[in-house]
Amino acid sequence: MTSLDKPGAATGPRTGRPRRRRVGTGGRRGVPLPLLLPGLLALAFLLLPLLALLVRAPWRSLPDQLTSTEVWQALQLSLVSATAATAVTLVLGVPLAWLLARTEFPGRGLVRALVTLPLVLPPVVGGVALLLALGRNGVIGQWLDSWFGITLPFTTTGVVVAEAFVAMPFLVISVEGTLRAADPRYEEAATTLGASRFTAFRRVTLPLIAPGIAAGSVLAWARALGEFGATITFAGNFPGRTQTMPLAVYLALQNDPEAAIALSLVLLVVSIAVLAGLRDRWMTTS
Amino acid sequence: MTNPHPTPPDATTPARPPRESDPTLPTPAAGPQPPPAPTDGAQTSQAPATDGAQLPQGPPAPAPAPAPADSLQLPQPPPAAADGARPPQGAPAPDRESRTGGPGGNPNPAEGRTLTTDPHPHPHPHPHQPPGLDAHLIVDRASFRLDITLTAAPGDVVALLGPNGAGKTTALRALAGLTPLTDGHLCLDGTSLDDTPPESRPVGVVFQDYLLFPHLTALDNVAFGPRCRGASKAEARSQAAAWLERMGLSAHAGVKPRRLSGGQAQRVALARALATRPRLLLLDEPLAALDARTRLEIRAQLRRRLAEFEAVSVLVTHDPLDAMVLADRLVVVEHGRVVQEGTPADIARHPRTDYIAQLVGLNLYRGQAAGHAVRLEAGPAITTTEELSGPVFVAFPPSAVTLFRDRPSGASARNLWRCEVAGLETRGDQIRADLTGELPLAADLTTVAAAELELYPGASVWATVKATQTHAYPA
Repeated sequence: MTSLDKPGAATGPRTGRPRRRRVGTGGRRGVPLPLLLPGLLALAFLLLPLLALLVRAPWRSLPDQLTSTEVWQALQLSLVSATAATAVTLVLGVPLAWLLARTEFPGRGLVRALVTLPLVLPPVVGGVALLLALGRNGVIGQWLDSWFGITLPFTTTGVVVAEAFVAMPFLVISVEGTLRAADPRYEEAATTLGASRFTAFRRVTLPLIAPGIAAGSVLAWARALGEFGATITFAGNFPGRTQTMPLAVYLALQNDPEAAIALSLVLLVVSIAVLAGLRDRWMTTS
Repeated sequence: MTNPHPTPPDATTPARPPRESDPTLPTPAAGPQPPPAPTDGAQTSQAPATDGAQLPQGPPAPAPAPAPADSLQLPQPPPAAADGARPPQGAPAPDRESRTGGPGGNPNPAEGRTLTTDPHPHPHPHPHQPPGLDAHLIVDRASFRLDITLTAAPGDVVALLGPNGAGKTTALRALAGLTPLTDGHLCLDGTSLDDTPPESRPVGVVFQDYLLFPHLTALDNVAFGPRCRGASKAEARSQAAAWLERMGLSAHAGVKPRRLSGGQAQRVALARALATRPRLLLLDEPLAALDARTRLEIRAQLRRRLAEFEAVSVLVTHDPLDAMVLADRLVVVEHGRVVQEGTPADIARHPRTDYIAQLVGLNLYRGQAAGHAVRLEAGPAITTTEELSGPVFVAFPPSAVTLFRDRPSGASARNLWRCEVAGLETRGDQIRADLTGELPLAADLTTVAAAELELYPGASVWATVKATQTHAYPA
């Protein structure tokens, strides 16, 4: 689709120039300065820091930096825990999105608002709340500890829990929006063919909203990968166990700035890779 | 369609409660028949206008309906159908293509396919167990109430015809179980479906825009139903392949719906609905999504396939042509109620509401008859050839109206009204004049005549109709 659109968009103005002059050149003709200057400034503001990262990168020592065990441990932990957290949000978040989009129950508006709360909540506060709920002496944590011997804080599982807590709303909001846009009559059609409501969801709705789920997962994964506040509050900062990339970057910046830059570069590359993966979805719609 | 594979929906249908033992009585579940439903369904399509005396009363003027007529409205087993009423099943109606497969037999006789067709004919309904559809649908909405009675015998094609917002689609959804009934009942082949969830009903639905699952191929769309009803994957796919072949779509089995043309998608949707072997097939505006050209072709195909279908078909449409071509019986719904019911020919000849009169292109008036004269509610009197008394309808086509600029001096001063042209409209090679005045009416005249009369909006004219061109029948 994109590959078809792009050449069309590029050649359109060129071939149609004589007749479509006004349309074709409308974008360039008379852009007001009060819009142009702040716009360009914003662009510079967004891109310059990244440029600085590239300029100051210790390119010569970079190979050594990236092959150190600490970096690999942190990177590995980050990737594993972000992926695990995404899996958790998928398993729990998609059903929640379905409930919000397809069923009527009292207080649904309130539930929706609560679901989005972690989006705006400072992550550190989220971490504190998690500690109070799931900590060794927490509301639920004490039972987990005494009944099952499960301790979540300051473990790798704790990292996953913290990341899932912060990332879940991204997935739920994204999937719910896709569900609302999807025609519920497909589910009705499946029902008239003998499918139970769950079968209809599994065999019809799920494939239909797959793009929305994919987009939501990527958002959630990216959010989990970059998680800092809730993780450090709830899971601490133990290298190899709970020290994810963002924590490693922060820590390295105190005593080894070059390592911090190297780690940041890695995260930048991962982010760009994610963006490239979503190219079709977001970059062409604008 | 009657199949050798015992599928769950079919398995449930033969078992009928023995309670409905007397075919001449309304089913107990039907309760008191609602008076408003017009009962001229018993009327034959060939019935001349003089049949009025035995006609039950329509909704506008309720009068004690003759008791036998009430029972005639119910689907009759064959013996009772010998009274000249249109047989609900058995011998095909003269206006439909012959069913070479015998009554309710092979759905696709011409192609002689044996894969899914049944060698023995459709189990003939027991004389004392009315098969088919018996429904009284009541659905209450905030500002709307649907209350209609629908009965149909196996093999019947019933069209719910009505303007937008009349409640046709709500009725269809209620039959499918997608909209719960507020009250009433729904019986199919003697089995109550009131408490049956939609996924367990032996009902197939062709939705207005087909709703083919976009992520599945045509084949998998059709296989979806059999799969959900317990067939193995291979079995479901082979059944689906047979259905697609029957619809002439084998070449498109592997294609996703978005690459199908409108007509192909319609056929896939029909195959998907039929693949569950429903005992009730519902079609919601089956031709509305097609362009005019495809529509013509698909309409003929659909008519053939519906004629072959051995169970009850109910289709919803606002297009009178679709209804009349596809259905044996029309049920006209307005404002959530049945306003008229009958064969297409009957309804075209005897419209009972302005909506139907407009659909079939007639001028329609209500009045009180006394002999040949009918005093119209709209004002003037009209002379008719029929001799009637009491409340009547008078109908005549716009082409029967003759217009004059000056009062005609001829002998026939009857049926002469002074009117004013309200609007003019071109219809093919005719001009349709909308007239107001003594009697509001529509008149058709040739372009030449319109030019010679120098008609323009506001012009005053004299309109006349010969008594022989009018048609009066009891209201």
